[in-house]
Amino acid sequence: MTALVAFEDALTRYDPVMGLEVHVELNTATKMFCSCATTFGAEPNTQVCPVCLGLPGALPVVNAKGVESAIRIGLALNCEIAEWCRFARKNYFYPDMPKNFQTSQYDEPIAFDGYVDLTVPAEDGGEGETYRIEIERAHMEEDTGKSLHVGGATGRIHGASHSLLDYNRAGIPLIEIVTKTIEVPGEKAPAVARAYVNYLRDLMVALDVSDARMDQGSLRADVNLSLKPRGSDVLGTRSETKNVNSFRSVERAVRYEIGRHAGILDAGEKVVQETRHFHEADGSTSAGREKSDAEDYRYFPEPDLAPVAPSREWVEELRRTLPEPPAERRKRLQAEWGFSDLDMRDTVGAGALDLVAATIAAGTTPAAAKKWWLGELARRSNETGTEIAELGITPQQVAEIQGLIDAGRINDKLARSVFDGVLAGEGTPEEVVVSRGLEVVSDDGALSEAVDQAIADNPDVADKIRGGKVQAAGALIGAVMKQMRGQADAARVRELILEKLS
Amino acid sequence: MTTDVTTASAASIAEAFADGDTTSVEVTQAHLERIASVDERLNAFLHVDAEGALATAAEVDARRAAGEELPALAGVPIAVKDLINTAGQPTTAGSKMLEGWIPPYDATVVTRLRAAGLPILGKTNLDEFAMGSSNEHSAYGPARNPWDTSRIPGGSSGGSAAAVAGYEAPLALGTDTGGSIRQPGAMTGIVGVKPTYGGVSRYGVIAMASSLDQVGPMARTVLDAALLHEIVAGHDPMDSTSIERPVPPVVEAARRGDVTGLRIGVVRELGGEGFQPGVQSAFDRAVEQLAQSGAEIVEVGCPSFAHGIAAYYLVMPSEVSSNLARFDAMRYGLRTVPHQGASAEQVMAASRDAGFGDEVKRRIILGTYALSSGYYDAYYGSAQKVRTLIARDFEAAFEQVDVLVSPTAPTTAWKLGEKSDDPLSMYLEDIATIPANLAGVPGLSLPVGLAEDSGLPVGVQFLAPAMADDRLYNAAAALERLVDTPKLEEVR
Repeated sequence: MTALVAFEDALTRYDPVMGLEVHVELNTATKMFCSCATTFGAEPNTQVCPVCLGLPGALPVVNAKGVESAIRIGLALNCEIAEWCRFARKNYFYPDMPKNFQTSQYDEPIAFDGYVDLTVPAEDGGEGETYRIEIERAHMEEDTGKSLHVGGATGRIHGASHSLLDYNRAGIPLIEIVTKTIEVPGEKAPAVARAYVNYLRDLMVALDVSDARMDQGSLRADVNLSLKPRGSDVLGTRSETKNVNSFRSVERAVRYEIGRHAGILDAGEKVVQETRHFHEADGSTSAGREKSDAEDYRYFPEPDLAPVAPSREWVEELRRTLPEPPAERRKRLQAEWGFSDLDMRDTVGAGALDLVAATIAAGTTPAAAKKWWLGELARRSNETGTEIAELGITPQQVAEIQGLIDAGRINDKLARSVFDGVLAGEGTPEEVVVSRGLEVVSDDGALSEAVDQAIADNPDVADKIRGGKVQAAGALIGAVMKQMRGQADAARVRELILEKLS
Repeated sequence: MTTDVTTASAASIAEAFADGDTTSVEVTQAHLERIASVDERLNAFLHVDAEGALATAAEVDARRAAGEELPALAGVPIAVKDLINTAGQPTTAGSKMLEGWIPPYDATVVTRLRAAGLPILGKTNLDEFAMGSSNEHSAYGPARNPWDTSRIPGGSSGGSAAAVAGYEAPLALGTDTGGSIRQPGAMTGIVGVKPTYGGVSRYGVIAMASSLDQVGPMARTVLDAALLHEIVAGHDPMDSTSIERPVPPVVEAARRGDVTGLRIGVVRELGGEGFQPGVQSAFDRAVEQLAQSGAEIVEVGCPSFAHGIAAYYLVMPSEVSSNLARFDAMRYGLRTVPHQGASAEQVMAASRDAGFGDEVKRRIILGTYALSSGYYDAYYGSAQKVRTLIARDFEAAFEQVDVLVSPTAPTTAWKLGEKSDDPLSMYLEDIATIPANLAGVPGLSLPVGLAEDSGLPVGVQFLAPAMADDRLYNAAAALERLVDTPKLEEVR
């Protein structure tokens, strides 16, 4: 194997040319061509029927919701929507593909000629740069089943003794989104690739057309990459790194392939046109199946399905259902909330944008919402390795806790204990406050006693306050809080101290 | 000489039920006995379901006895081509590939037969995956022509044709991709109809060529065919190519049978040279009779029909190559493991090699080639253009006339083995029937007597515009009254 060239070194001699193909599994209740359920993680081969098993005689029927989602995705990607298009059969043999052809689209995609504008954040946290990624097409197709290769060391077919097939996924609607070639300054390529996939994820979630979870395979990215010598117009041979399954991996795969291609070209050898597998552990790729342009899928129009001809009225109606584009929404929220760029980046980075928004919508100030989600809860998310959205606390509960603070019933310190209780499943914030006995004491009798005690214990501090050093009151407040195990209304304690020592 | 109920028409059997003269169990039993006595010679059935048929018959009889209002043909037994799925009963497509396969679901047409109370006698023989015009390509031996068992019954629905002609069943379902209902109908002297494409659901019918396949009725009279047509036709949400319009009034048309003032076009390109003299003269006589009963006869040119066979043998194999890809031994069907530790690909290849017959392989190879990158435009693409031209020929013709007529097939039934080594001459048998499939229009073959030269049945084909299937039944019913319909006395 030829040596890898360091990324920065490679870029001194070569420019990368990228293309990204992203498969989005739609969240329709039923499959693309039959009425089987699409629930993720069901028992193998329990969500199947004659159609998605490809039994003799079975025929497909198009899922109208799938077409609707495809059109909305196309519109959100600023694409043209075909007035008339057909499905096509992509013919090849593979055991997890029941009919041995995939019902897809070929030269008549539902959506084509679009673009998205992405902002790639600058490394120093400053104003990012915007790149336009042109979209070649977005087309509808069905997913394949899944093969589980048993007996081999790697879970791959090589060395396996036998394979198990699960057809639950066969026929789940997919939208394949293909970019035109992306040529950006080489050093930006990995970040642009990542930002693009991230953008698509956010867009799919905003459109509510897909779970768009890379970890579950409902959003999968293929990275096509080739190098050309600096200043040349001659395109190199490309590799296709398949099914890269996290944003970070997209970035790493681009970096790795740039280095690998450069090594091959430096040695005067030829890049093999092939698919590559990405390895999460070390960020490398390895050879998959060799591909050639002559690979022949014998596409032809699917005779079992009527053409899809969305009326212009319907397309316009769907255009009106489009959500605000993610970038614009962020800009708007940032202004509304008064967040700094850094605040906003942290919020988005923590995956807490929607959570913060919902908390604010529930009546909390932006500052307080940010404090809890990016402080207390982000910390717990990091400690436990759980997605912040999966922690087990809702924006409404966070708002309720802040409400208890604002009402003076608990303080910030007690609030942490309330979070513990809610996250431990002890009930609503209100229930936790009661069951854990966390309410602050604002009853003057008990507080007055504790203040007297604190004054008696700290005569010199008391003298200072009497002498006019009001800021020394903090020490006495601390002593009271300690006595009351934190459950004192600090504001009232302060008032009492000043009353008693004035 | 057969004089029992097996020679009766479906309509008259239904009348006898209504009059209380017989029961479905009796009629079904009589047909099962007839099958037991002649099918050894005809090989029309691949599977007989006596138990199931009699159970349905008994149920219908009980409902009738209870005074229930029943569908028109309730209790009249039927045979079903073994390309059509029947839940719980074998469906082989005439192939070793599906030997022993029991479908878990009914085809929509079978669901409709069951709902209409027709006892299903069994599944009939066919050319493997419906590929052939003689039934000799069945993996289970050829069905034979009841008029002369040394001859072919036509194909691919040869088993259904032989069963109906041989009095084993009053009715049968066939499928027609390039003539597979009409040509065996002509060869065996029965009525066979290919409805408008999209008129009858294809759901649960094992696909040969999706854009051409159509299920249709086979019977001994025009009215019987219409009664069966009405049961199976109509929109099916499970078939995206099925037409969402009311079924044409075929039964009413079959009862009417009046050609007075009807403009009938004789297709110039379908006759004369290449047509057996006995076929041509029987056809000419039929046209003469139509003229005498008040039809206006016009000669019509359909120049693109000449390219029909060429286009058909590109479109059909292309779709076949893709439709039959699913038979890979992974989920159902024959599985051949070539050696210990064989890969999935090796098992697929070995199973397909062992499971498919020569004609099927020939068409898969043709289709694979025609769809290949670089050849697609020249082959599949051009063939689709020819389809458009043929459809235009039909449109132009139907501006001048109400229906078209031609001989159904260029010859009468030939001897088994006669054309086996000559696929091209076999393909030419479909010259008159293929245009209807390519254009999606309906066609009907009516027996009009025996050829003077061969003494075997001859069929006349009627063609009508899409969704005007009723015109076929009207014209055919009129001619049926005028001609000497061949009556089979005995299986020879």
